[in-house]
Amino acid sequence: MAGYRYDYDVITQWIAPGERVLDLGCGDGGLLRHLIDTRKVCGYGVENDPEKVVACVKNGINVIQADMNRGLTDFDDGFFDHVIMSLSLQAMHNTQGILAEMLRAGREAVVSFPNFAYWRHRQSILNGRMPVSRSLPYQWFDTPNVRFFTIDDFESLCEKCGIAIRKRLAFDEGAPIVDEPNFLASMAVYRLGRD
Amino acid sequence: MTKPRIEPQSVGAVAPATARFDDALHLRSGGRLDGYELVYETYGKLNAAHSNAVLVCHALSGSHHVAGRHADEETDSGWWNNLVGPGKPLDTRKFFVIGVNNLGGCDGSTGPRSRNAATGRPWGADFPFVTVEDWVDAQARLADTLGIDSFAAVIGGSLGGMQALSWTLQHPRRVRHAAVIASAPKLSAQNIAFNEVARQAILTDPDFYDGHFYERGTVPERGLRLARMVGHITYLSDDAMGEKFGRNLRHGKAVYSYEVEFEIESYLRHQGDKFAQQFDANTYLLTTKALDYYDPAFAHGGNLTAALTAARAGFLVVAFTTDWRFAPARSREIVYALAHNGRDVSYAEIDCAAGHDSFLLADPQYHAVLSAWFDRIEV
Repeated sequence: MAGYRYDYDVITQWIAPGERVLDLGCGDGGLLRHLIDTRKVCGYGVENDPEKVVACVKNGINVIQADMNRGLTDFDDGFFDHVIMSLSLQAMHNTQGILAEMLRAGREAVVSFPNFAYWRHRQSILNGRMPVSRSLPYQWFDTPNVRFFTIDDFESLCEKCGIAIRKRLAFDEGAPIVDEPNFLASMAVYRLGRD
Repeated sequence: MTKPRIEPQSVGAVAPATARFDDALHLRSGGRLDGYELVYETYGKLNAAHSNAVLVCHALSGSHHVAGRHADEETDSGWWNNLVGPGKPLDTRKFFVIGVNNLGGCDGSTGPRSRNAATGRPWGADFPFVTVEDWVDAQARLADTLGIDSFAAVIGGSLGGMQALSWTLQHPRRVRHAAVIASAPKLSAQNIAFNEVARQAILTDPDFYDGHFYERGTVPERGLRLARMVGHITYLSDDAMGEKFGRNLRHGKAVYSYEVEFEIESYLRHQGDKFAQQFDANTYLLTTKALDYYDPAFAHGGNLTAALTAARAGFLVVAFTTDWRFAPARSREIVYALAHNGRDVSYAEIDCAAGHDSFLLADPQYHAVLSAWFDRIEV
């Protein structure tokens, strides 16, 4: 199954012990397992891939099988301290609906995604080919990703939707990037709140 | 007699046992049973710590005969034989599995066919109304008798799922895990409507005699048959029915008759006939009423989250995409009510074409989820 992902450390440091956490697109439950082990959170995951649902059950993770593209969850407003979506937003059609749902069910949202404007991706496009990298590991014909966006795109959407960016960390394959993230970072992690 | 063939992963030949209870059981309906018997079967071995027991609750037409075969029968595999056995998802090498026929049933436990000590005649329609909660009370006494203080798990599908859920509310400390499958926190008006059609078929059958047909030597077979036919329509999905029977004609063309022409008619009549010959009409009435009445949120102003506050078990909730009798949305109500109480709960929505009946089948994804869940249960 999916190995350790470097956005986990960032996400973990934003989660306080004992929080209620929802992980949308939780995969095999690796992040939730990590948060339960290190932060003793009360965690739930949402996942639609049947094999990953079984993997979550094997991992002892609370998983709710649901298609985030078809319908949002029935959790009460503000039930969670944090609603997380780790490297999955780019695979969802209903981007605005999901961001709204995260900030409805959660006090804060944590979102990470691959930056399409990363310089290696730009270089690839200039060379006439769709980018394939560690953060975008798929070929154009088999990618689960349906939304290709950049750090700048995401931040302008947040502004348009009245979503407050409380914190942003950007990385180039694991190394922190402070300057020019939209050019130099392959991935970004955000802590979001309501304005 | 030839030696029966033992299929691999089967619990093999099994025999029912009977437990007798002489303490009065006070029922939610106000009725009372001064003494009663429960017939049950067990598979696997109770461990030294008595910590590996799993209770399987049955639905409308199920019984205590969950797995294996009775020695004198070649073909009557238990109703959940694909789930329970050595190496199966509910593995009898690890768990001690108990199936019990519910009170008011017609497979050996005290029910309408039993003799009413007060009159010396069969109870018939005088058998008191029993509820899901009453069944759980009776099952808890059986657990006491068997030396089981807490169940590793209680599992059930449909009406059986309601019992599993009720166990976690009535006896939160006695259920460590619960699997609620193809079930609902209460029936919808449409569900009750289907039950009422089935009941009216029985109640208006001239052979029913207000429930006292035993002494008349009759059986309201027409009513039971109709009840079962209506039921079966709701247990299958439109797609499954279309795929299995379509508009197939027995004679290859219309012959303009009320005899069986379409294969679906043949199927429904066969199911109806089979059921009418074995099931008890009064049990059918009582059981559908127990389904209708079940509503743990009623006492909490309809707030299911409040109703489930008492639960302590870790839950698995499973629904099937094509089940319209107990639709996935109904299972999700249970899931979110449990999550809002901070309870451990996982929910799997299985893509299976067979409608409500899916819960009795061995869909690979369904059984993978159940296997993973049972594997993690510590005994």
